[in-house]
Amino acid sequence: MTLDLPVIFMALMGLAVLLYVVLDGYDLGVGMLLPAANEREQNVMVSSIGPFWDANETWLVLGVGLLLVAFPAANAIVLGALYLPVVAMLIGLMLRGVAFEFRVKAQGWHRELWNWLFWFGSFLATLSQGLMLGYYITGFASGFGYFLFALVVGASLCGGYVLLGATWLIIRTEGELQRKAVSWARWGLLWIALGVALVSIATPLVSETVRLKWFDFPRTLWLMILPLASAAAWLWVWTLTGRMKRGQAAPEWGPFAGTVAIYVLSFLGLAYSLFPYLVIDRITIWQAAAHPAALKVMLIGTLIVLPFIVAYTVLSYWIFRGKAPENLYD
Amino acid sequence: MEAAEALQLARAQFGLNIAFHILFPSITIALAWYLVYFRVQYARTGRPEWLHTYKLWTKIFALTFAMGVVTGITMSFQFGTNWPGFMSKVGNIAGPLLAYEVLTAFFLEATFLGVMLFGMNRVPNWAHIGSAVLVAAGTSLSAFWILALNSWMQTPAGHIVADGQIIAGDWMEVIFNPSFPYRFTHMMLASALTATFLISGLSAWRLLKAPGDGGATRTLRSAVLIGAVLAPLQAFVGDLHGLNTLEHQPAKLAAMEAIWQTEKGVPLLLFAIPNQEARRNDYAISIPKGASLILKHDADAEVTGLDKFGPDIPPVAPVFFAFRAMVGVGLCMLALAWFGVWATRGNTAAPRWLLWAYAGFTFSGWVAVICGWLVTEIGRQPWLVSGILRTSDAAGPASGAQLGASLTGYILTYSLMLIAYMVVLTHLAGKGESRDDPRANLVGLAKK
Repeated sequence: MTLDLPVIFMALMGLAVLLYVVLDGYDLGVGMLLPAANEREQNVMVSSIGPFWDANETWLVLGVGLLLVAFPAANAIVLGALYLPVVAMLIGLMLRGVAFEFRVKAQGWHRELWNWLFWFGSFLATLSQGLMLGYYITGFASGFGYFLFALVVGASLCGGYVLLGATWLIIRTEGELQRKAVSWARWGLLWIALGVALVSIATPLVSETVRLKWFDFPRTLWLMILPLASAAAWLWVWTLTGRMKRGQAAPEWGPFAGTVAIYVLSFLGLAYSLFPYLVIDRITIWQAAAHPAALKVMLIGTLIVLPFIVAYTVLSYWIFRGKAPENLYD
Repeated sequence: MEAAEALQLARAQFGLNIAFHILFPSITIALAWYLVYFRVQYARTGRPEWLHTYKLWTKIFALTFAMGVVTGITMSFQFGTNWPGFMSKVGNIAGPLLAYEVLTAFFLEATFLGVMLFGMNRVPNWAHIGSAVLVAAGTSLSAFWILALNSWMQTPAGHIVADGQIIAGDWMEVIFNPSFPYRFTHMMLASALTATFLISGLSAWRLLKAPGDGGATRTLRSAVLIGAVLAPLQAFVGDLHGLNTLEHQPAKLAAMEAIWQTEKGVPLLLFAIPNQEARRNDYAISIPKGASLILKHDADAEVTGLDKFGPDIPPVAPVFFAFRAMVGVGLCMLALAWFGVWATRGNTAAPRWLLWAYAGFTFSGWVAVICGWLVTEIGRQPWLVSGILRTSDAAGPASGAQLGASLTGYILTYSLMLIAYMVVLTHLAGKGESRDDPRANLVGLAKK
């Protein structure tokens, strides 16, 4: 039996990107919410993501690493076209990453500065990722209209990450901060609805390939499961946060789980639209793939190591379960 | 002209990034093992100074590690944005090596760093020590993969051409290519020295601020001793590495010594200004037959000069000067380390002027590492992968304007980060309460 290596690596890369978006999404979201909280709350918020952010970002390195090593031809096109948003994202991630350590050690106005840079870095990184997504799904088309579209996708992704961050805080915090997180989550929900709707409408309009894939009866009926399930998850999170707002009982993990479901479903929809293209209508995964010999070597390593990575990631979340303390460095 | 300018900007940008990045791993690779040692000592003795030392250096480690991570992420993108030709030509070799680094090292370090930093009261003692060991193992493993790739780019081996592409024929030969064992050992020792001088430097700084501090006295003493052992070892390994370069990369070696003509009984240059256009040295001061003696262990031996390589030679002056700067800094570190051992023999407290000397040498490892890196990377030019891929053929489509804008952004961000880093380090080392000298405590209180 022969393995279709490019398809396997496409799936692995997709998994890495999806995990990155969900995992770093919540910690970037928490970063963007910092200015809305008081000093004590800010410390709790940062300590709720402190043990995890570093490993979360490693999924980005794996995702872009797989694009680089498994699909070198696409890597050059994608990163070449996204040059400036990529640089902006990297600068954002740098500022945010070092601010974790600097804000704890600084005092007075220095501390204020690093808090501000923490927020700014989180925001810049998220906005750039949204811009990248916006340009990517329109096949890097240029023009003011496309720029506006990318900008709206960027703003929506900020809302989407705020939603992840807020629902994460619902699990990890209590009292007044948790109540604040509930209302932040409801803001985020409105934005993510806008973003997902925009992308869903735009992709078939821009690309005939996508249009034909989605509007082909009777397949369309099956495919409607994706948007319907997303809508159900959205309603569920809206209902749960509504109950929390009124002080009624609701599972704390519910809103986060529902949000992750929205991300997974949207991701599947996008993946279905694009497959087998890496750059829509231009380059497929088979055209861009590296030599099978290299792919095989990487696949073996991935299959051996990935279970360990998953195992110790789960272990780390288990060790740091429960409500976040105000100060992580005891 | 436009393209040539963009290439220079692409090189400048990547060079800036990689040079800025390496500052931090060159500390963390070895500091991670120091942390294991501090942590085990605390577990073994239960003495609070060890805990204090461990916690202080954990904070410094966390900060340094974060700097390394965020600048490393930048590099993973720049391979694609700045050097697309690199991946399309040798991606089947470089790709798997980079992928193995991410898979086996990055996740391990990043995940267990969280446990090591914040999990002391959440996991049993053995698991906490285990986390520290895994973080250290991860950083060393990361160095292993990245140096395997870098060494392969310097001295490629084990590859074959199949279906018009370069792929690995024998992975063991690719990884353990001719320069790898030397380069890897040289880098690990460089990291050990960088971390050791950072520790002795900041401990000395601490003792200048709070004389008699128990933890700082102890760490300074260990670091002085370790530095005195490592510095000569590094000189020895460096010499072996140089001989390996002579064998496998003669053009680089000729540039390091500014030897333009192949001849017998080559003099060792103490000072000169290499003149690339005229292909000769100006204002040379030299020891007759010195280079032949050092390189071939025979005063009359012939040494290959740059004339044998036609137009394919690296820019000589930067390689020549960077090599001398690296050796110079290394010798100063060696002298200070031995003098430090002599001056503190028999458990005498270090005199203040010695403390100032060590404090001044806090970041000396960085200077040597950067100079060594300039030698090895500029010395490989005009090749990106020796004999296989030219640097100019690997550059990307980014325009000069894009590169200029992003370069400015990086410079601003990096300057901010570097200044903040150095300020926080000296602040962390200088402030804080002393644990066991009551006099130092009083000094601390009076300041408040």
